This record gives sequence, structure tokens and C-alpha cells, in this order.
Amino acid sequence: MSDTLVPFDEVVAAYDPALGLEIHVELNTNTKMFCGCPATFGGEPNTQVCPTCLGLPGAMPVVNGKAVESAIRIGLALNCEIAEWCRFARKNYFYPDMPKNFQTSQYDEPIAFEGYLDVDVEGETFRVEIERAHMEEDTGKSSHVGGTDGRIHGADYSLVDYNRAGIPLIEIVTKPILGAGEKAPLVAKAYVSAIRDLIVALGVSDARMDQGSIRADVNLSLAPKGSGVLGTRSETKNVNSLRSVERAVRYEMSRHAGILSAGGSVLQETRHFHENDGSTSSGREKSDAEDYRYFPEPDLVPVAPSREWVEELRATLPENPATRRARLQEEYGFSDLEMRDVWASGALPLIEATVAAGTSPQSARKWWVADLLRRANDAGVELAEVGVTPAQVAEVQALVDAKTINDKLARQVFDGLIAGEGSAADVIEKRGLALVSDDGPLIAAIDDALAAQPDIAEKIRGGNHAAAGAVIGAVMKATRGQADAARVRELILEKLA
Amino acid sequence: MSELITKTAAELAEALAAGETTSVELTQVHLDRIAAVDGDAEAGIHAFLHVDPEGALAQAAESDARRAAGETRHLLDGVPIAVKDVLATQGLPTTCGSKILEGWVPPYDATVVRRIKAAGLPILGKTNMDEFAMGSSTEHSAYGPTRNPWDQTRIPGGSGGGSAAAVAAFEAPLALGTDTGGSIRQPGAVTGTVGVKPTYGGVSRYGLVALANSLDQVGPVTRTVLDSALLHELIGGHDPLDSTSVDAPVGSFVEAARQGATGDLAGLRVGVIKELAGDGWQAGVMQRFAETVDLLKELGAEVTEISCPSFVHAMAAYYLILPAECSSNLAKFDAMRYGLRVVPEGDPSAEAVMKATRDAGFGDEVKRRIMIGTYALSSGYYDAYYGQAQKVRTLISRDFAAAFENVDVLVSPTSPTTAFALGDKLDDPLAMYLQDLATIPANLAGVPGISVPAGLADEDGLPVGFQVLAPALADERLYRVGAAVEAALTTRWGGPILAKAPNLEGGR
Repeated sequence: MSDTLVPFDEVVAAYDPALGLEIHVELNTNTKMFCGCPATFGGEPNTQVCPTCLGLPGAMPVVNGKAVESAIRIGLALNCEIAEWCRFARKNYFYPDMPKNFQTSQYDEPIAFEGYLDVDVEGETFRVEIERAHMEEDTGKSSHVGGTDGRIHGADYSLVDYNRAGIPLIEIVTKPILGAGEKAPLVAKAYVSAIRDLIVALGVSDARMDQGSIRADVNLSLAPKGSGVLGTRSETKNVNSLRSVERAVRYEMSRHAGILSAGGSVLQETRHFHENDGSTSSGREKSDAEDYRYFPEPDLVPVAPSREWVEELRATLPENPATRRARLQEEYGFSDLEMRDVWASGALPLIEATVAAGTSPQSARKWWVADLLRRANDAGVELAEVGVTPAQVAEVQALVDAKTINDKLARQVFDGLIAGEGSAADVIEKRGLALVSDDGPLIAAIDDALAAQPDIAEKIRGGNHAAAGAVIGAVMKATRGQADAARVRELILEKLA
Repeated sequence: MSELITKTAAELAEALAAGETTSVELTQVHLDRIAAVDGDAEAGIHAFLHVDPEGALAQAAESDARRAAGETRHLLDGVPIAVKDVLATQGLPTTCGSKILEGWVPPYDATVVRRIKAAGLPILGKTNMDEFAMGSSTEHSAYGPTRNPWDQTRIPGGSGGGSAAAVAAFEAPLALGTDTGGSIRQPGAVTGTVGVKPTYGGVSRYGLVALANSLDQVGPVTRTVLDSALLHELIGGHDPLDSTSVDAPVGSFVEAARQGATGDLAGLRVGVIKELAGDGWQAGVMQRFAETVDLLKELGAEVTEISCPSFVHAMAAYYLILPAECSSNLAKFDAMRYGLRVVPEGDPSAEAVMKATRDAGFGDEVKRRIMIGTYALSSGYYDAYYGQAQKVRTLISRDFAAAFENVDVLVSPTSPTTAFALGDKLDDPLAMYLQDLATIPANLAGVPGISVPAGLADEDGLPVGFQVLAPALADERLYRVGAAVEAALTTRWGGPILAKAPNLEGGR
């Protein structure tokens, strides 16, 4: 890597960063933006296509009303104005994965504009101004076969899958984010995170960054500290995790500073981000002279959402994620640290549902964040897809509270639930996991344990109750964990009283 | 030559209903006529790029079976039709007159094609046209020109010269055309046939390979006004697949045509467009036009002269808006998914294939308009060209609106000249563009227009067209006025104008 990197603290000492974020959100509508093809992931290549999304001669687009609704809800959640009248426009450029060789997008008449989003950066609120949110269609997907790294350069041939072509996208564009200084990488991350939370709360997208349903492009430029000007920017494309957003900003700040401090000038270009080492590399040069020859799409009539409809949609907006987070933290009595883990893991809605099913907040938190999250991470799935429902967690905790099982056995119950062995009761039955409820076998096991360790019995009799632990451990071992430790303790103390 | 081919579609429909003929017979006599007179790129009318005898006869047989079972679907069920090659037809080649689409067979039907198929009209074949509908002579077809049945050394108009010539040469009783700046009306004028450009949005454009989306309309090409009305009612009406289609009931065109044919235009206010006359307008054309205006007066109409001052800028605006839209529309022809693919030696990259294919596949006129349009939309020029043209468009709409406050219809000659000789204007694009001087304003404003035969020019004995324009969604007026003119002139001439056309079989 030939980039000269300036250490981050030196960068922020000499330069002011300006950030700009463009986020593409793939909507989860049933059908595509302009035709009736399914908008779902994963079909065999080129099976979810029709004359319109393949750009066949003569075919025409029709706007997906549900996508417009999602766009308006996103706009409202971002505190935007909603256009009374707006049009689609053609963005003209040639590329094989774009069926018409123009993308139907919006240009100077976006559906939503002039909004903001407040994000939390290390306990401080930072307001990010939103320039616009507009509707557009996704392109197809090229894969380059042969060659070295899946890039087009050096490939033997390329394949194009048009299933993705025409899937509705909302592009959310910020105004230049100034004044973030050393916190710029964190602001970028917090903003993308806040957008993701918002999209999840709105339910308008799968919101999976790893699958590309939320994609971030990071624009960054530096200007000499205090100069108040905007420098030349780079645009790092398709940064696909929150951590990567932070790293990409950090890297680009160091790289730009390296160029500027050596008296060079930054090239206006797109950059690729590399997950392995957090670096970026040159994509294509992108000058302002690049000309997409935008003009209003003549095959579509203007979109003119009535004010009544906009207000109806405003009424459907979910609680603002930040407000909701604060409210639930208060209600559940979670510490800041606990809440941070709950939030980051996506466990909050699951905990909420578990609490609603009768479990205490702390117990619900314990299972979801401590135990089930680890299982989800191991399996590489989202927490919600781990294979256990909030109702099941509530059922297991109720069994723990009733002393039918203990925490250790509960983990085995979860094993069984995930393995599909039926209900919690089924798993307990089949695996023989219930606690020994009869004192008889416990007393027998206690007698055995005390006989084996006579000195300990003396200690306990002498008032050292902590010594009972060793006996409890032996009893638990003898009963393969199926003893209620508290009851065993009681029996020991009764016996030696 | 069978007498049947000279009958109108309405007469054929009656004959079918009366059991005097069958759809198979009708289809066969038209296929025979095509075989006898259509020829090929070198000689003959060459109205068709593709004839589908098997498909047409199969559809005809189905129509006859339906009729026998009492399940006829439409008045025109069984009456054959020709379709301009710019409309997608499932299973039938659709080339748009271009090499770049040679061999492409659409997997779907245009909505209008779906509607005529559903009504039971056998499709005889696809008609010739200027490449991607760019031209006024059909000479820009990549497959060779169509010849005018009145004089085969002359152009049949364009871009829909194929549909007009097919109807004029009795190769089909009905045809579908498309009109972006006159491509239905001007061929109608120079071949002595009737052509209607409906109100923008009145007929679905889904499956019409767009030339300029904001100007294109599908419409009927026939020998009589009544036949156009019948076909228009069949193809018109809202289509959920075309967002620009108007969600309103289809007008009563047939009723209007029948009413007009009674010859009573009492109280009708007619405006003669002052700007559509003058230098460059052929004397014989102006003469027939003036006589037709007098005829309207005789039928009871009040005629006044109306000025539409912005019309003088229509041509300039049109030749910015159209190329802008078509430069973008034609970008999809890139060899990646369908049509021609040219792989240059030594460089099979997508970019090289796109360039080579587009270079080989598009003709000169297409390339010219792509370049003009690309330029007009370019950053730094957009406001001066495309933006300005849109403003002119608004002014033209205002001229129409102002005119229609005072008159019910506007009239002009359809085309400044009669059919010119093949090759005459090929090297002079501007002279070619001027053919559409009178027809373009209607497309820019989205209003409907009809061209009906007004007689033959004295100097060359060739047909002259009379254009009637009406306000948007008032297409009925076209049929009322058109049918009145047609009825009076047919009486005056002692028969339809095409009776004076040369006999093609055994003739040339």
C-alpha cells in the first residue's frame, strides 16, 4: 500500500474534516419499484424478471405505491419536508447490469428533503442535517468469472443477474457534516447506526448491512483547520458494517492528510474499502464533469402525495428509536452498560416481548444478551433468528422461578428448543432435566458427601456456613446437576444444626 | 383480385355477421393481395416487413369457430389487421425498421396488440417504417423503403408508410400506426387514407417501442373515418401498465362518425390556423384545403381564421425534445440482452461490443438524433435547449387552449406537399423534417388529430390530406367533422378517392 498515512491525532490537530453520507436502503416491498416482479432475495438468477425490469423494448414502468409510502415514512422519520409534487428522472449512463442504460431515480425533485437526525456520540447529541431522501431502482448484479479477485479487470467473462434490477431503493443524503473534528469517525458510525435503527423501527427494510440491504457511501474531505472551506472529497463506496464506516472515515482522514501535508491535492474519485486491513483503494475517477444527462422520466406521471395521506402516515410512525431506548432503559432499570449491550445486539424488541410474557427485565436481559446472543454469534445469525422465541424464554424462566429447573438446566432446555425437540416441557421430559424434588435422594447424597469429607462437617457445625459449598458441589455432581442448590444447602444446615 | 379487399372494415364486419364470408376467406384474400403486390425491398409496395400467413389463418379459423358457436367477441372479430413494426407482438418479429433488432421476437404483446387479439382480429403481419419511427418517408427503414401505391416512385409518407400503404393498396382493411410528430397523419395524407392520432394518453403505449415517450400515440390507419372510429374504440381506454394513460371512459367515436356522415355541421365553430400556410406550401395542397374549408361552411360550420403564434417554434422545440427522449430510450440497445451483437476482433469487452453493435445497428438518421439529444441534455446546455424547448411546448399548449376557447376544432392541410419522389429529401434532413410542420403541434400539446383525404392536387394528381385538430379528450369531434368531410367529398367524387388509384395487379 503506497498511501502515506498521518497519525489520527495529527490529522485532527491540523485539519477540519467534512463528512457526507449517502445511504441506500433496499425496501422490503413485495414487488419491485416499477413492475410486479417479486422483490425478494435469493431466486435463481434471472427468474424474477419481466419485460419492464429487463428493459425490453416497449415495456413501461408503473410506480409501486407501497414504495412511495415507505419513502414518505422514512422522510417523515428523518424530520423531512414531503414534496407536494415530485417527479422521477432518468440518470443516463451505460453499464451492462443496468437494463435500460439509465436508472430511474429522482434528481432535483426528491420526495423528501430538508430534514435532520439527532445521533448520540459518546453521550453527546450531534445533529446531522439531511439534504434529501429520494426513490430509485436498484441495478442488476454483475459477477466476473475468471481473473484473480472477482473484479472485472482480467476476468474471462461476466454474468449478469437482473433479479435485483428494479428493487426499490431509498437514497438518504446528508448535507456536509461539519464540526465533528476528532469525532468524525464516531459520528459517521453513529449516524449509520441511527439510520439502521430507524429503518428497523419503521419496518420498511430487512436492514441487513451484511446482505447489502443498507449500503453506505462515505464522502470525506479535509480543509486546513479553521479555514471554513470545503476540500476535495473522496467517496468510499459500499461500506457494509458500522465498524467499517468508522474505519473508512479514519483511514481516509489519515490518507487525505498525508496527501495534503505533502503539498499534494486529493483526487476526486470513488474508493473501495477493504475489510481485511481497513484501507481504501482507488476506484474510478469521478469529476464533476461526469454528466448523467438527467431529465424528467416521461413514462411516469408526477407523484403528488396528498397532505391527508402524509398526515395519516405521520400518525403511523413508530416511537423515535432514541426516545424509546431511553424510556425502556428507565422502565427496566438497566445500567448504561447493560443498555448499550442490549441495544447493540438488537435484543431490545426481544426483551420487550419477553417481559410482556411475564419475565422480569433482568432475567430477560440475562438470557438474550448473555446466553442466546453467544449462540446467535456462533451460528452467524441475527439474534431474532436464533431459534428461540420470546414466549419460550418466558416459559423457561417461569420454570426456573418455579424451581422445576435451574439456570444450568435451562441452558440445556434452550439446546433442545434450538434442536427442535418440541416445547420446553417436551425437552425437560425427553432429556430428564427436571430438578430432583424429593428430599430423600438429596439427603442420601448429602450423607455420602459428608462421610467422604468429615472435616467439612466439623467446620459447618463450628459455624463456618461457607464450607457448605463444597458439600453442595459434591451433591450437584452426584445428581448430575439436577438438584436445587438452595434446597441442598437448607438440608445440610438442618442436618448439622 | 377479390372484390372483398376493396370493402371497408365496417362492411366486412357486416358481411361476416350476415354469413356472406368467413374470416378465413377474408384473411386469405388479403394474404393473396399481399403476395401479389407487396414485392420486396427492390420492387412492389413493400408495406410489410413480416407476413404471418399461418398465424393469421389460425386466428381466422378460431374466429370462424367462435362465430359458428355464437361467441363472437367484437364487431371486428375476424376482420384482419396489419400492425406497425414498432409494436411488440409476442411470437412475431419486431424490428422497428432497424438492423439492431433484426430477429428479435418479443416475449410479450403490446396492450393494443393484446386488445386486437382478444377481440379476434387476425394479424396479417408487421408493417414497414422509418427506423425507430424517425422519418417522414419510410426511406429510413433498414429493410428498404415502402412505395406509394399511387406512384411507386414516390414516398408513402412516414414513419408509418407501411401501415398507410398497406391500407391504400388493399393489402389490409385496417392497420395500427403510431404518431410522434405526424407518423400516422402525414402518411394518411399522401396515400389518400384516414389516420388518427388520439389524445395523448387515450390509447396505451405499453409495448410501443418508444421514440419520444411524451409525444408518441398509437392510433388507427384505415380507409374510412368510420373504420378508424371502430378501431379506436377497440384499442382505446385506460391501461394500468401505462401510467400516462388516461383513466376515463373511451369516447363514442362510432356514434360521432355516423352522426357526422349525415352531413350536418350546423353551429360547429372551425378555426383555420393562420400559421400553417404560406411559402413552401404546395399550390395544389392549398387549393384542395381551401375547397374543403368552403365545404365545411356549406355544411353549416362557422369558419374563422385563428392565429397560433407559437406554432412557428414548434419544429425547433420538437427537434430538441424528441432527440433528447430518444437518445435515452435507445440506450438500451447495447447487445447485452437481445438483438444484434457485434463483437469486434480482439476486443470482446462489454464496452467495445456496445460501441460496435450500436455503430453497425443504427442508421444515420438514428445516430443523428442520438447525438442531437445527447447534446441537448448535456450539462451546461440543458437549460438552453431541452429546458427552452419545454417552455415552447407550454406556449404551444396555451395557443391551443386559447384557440379552443373560440372554436370547436382547428383545421389545416396535413402536410405541406403531396408525396415527393423517393430519394428527393434523403440528403436534406431539414427539408424532410418540414413535412411534419402541421402535424407536430398536436403532439407537443397532446391534443388529437385526424387526416382525411381532401382530393388530388392538380399539378401531380396525388392525394392531399385535410387535418382536423380537437381539444384533448374531445376526439369525438374529429370523427364528426372527418366523417362529414368524407361523406360530402365521396359524393362529390362519385366514390372513394382510392378508386382513382392505379390498379396494382397487372398494372405495373
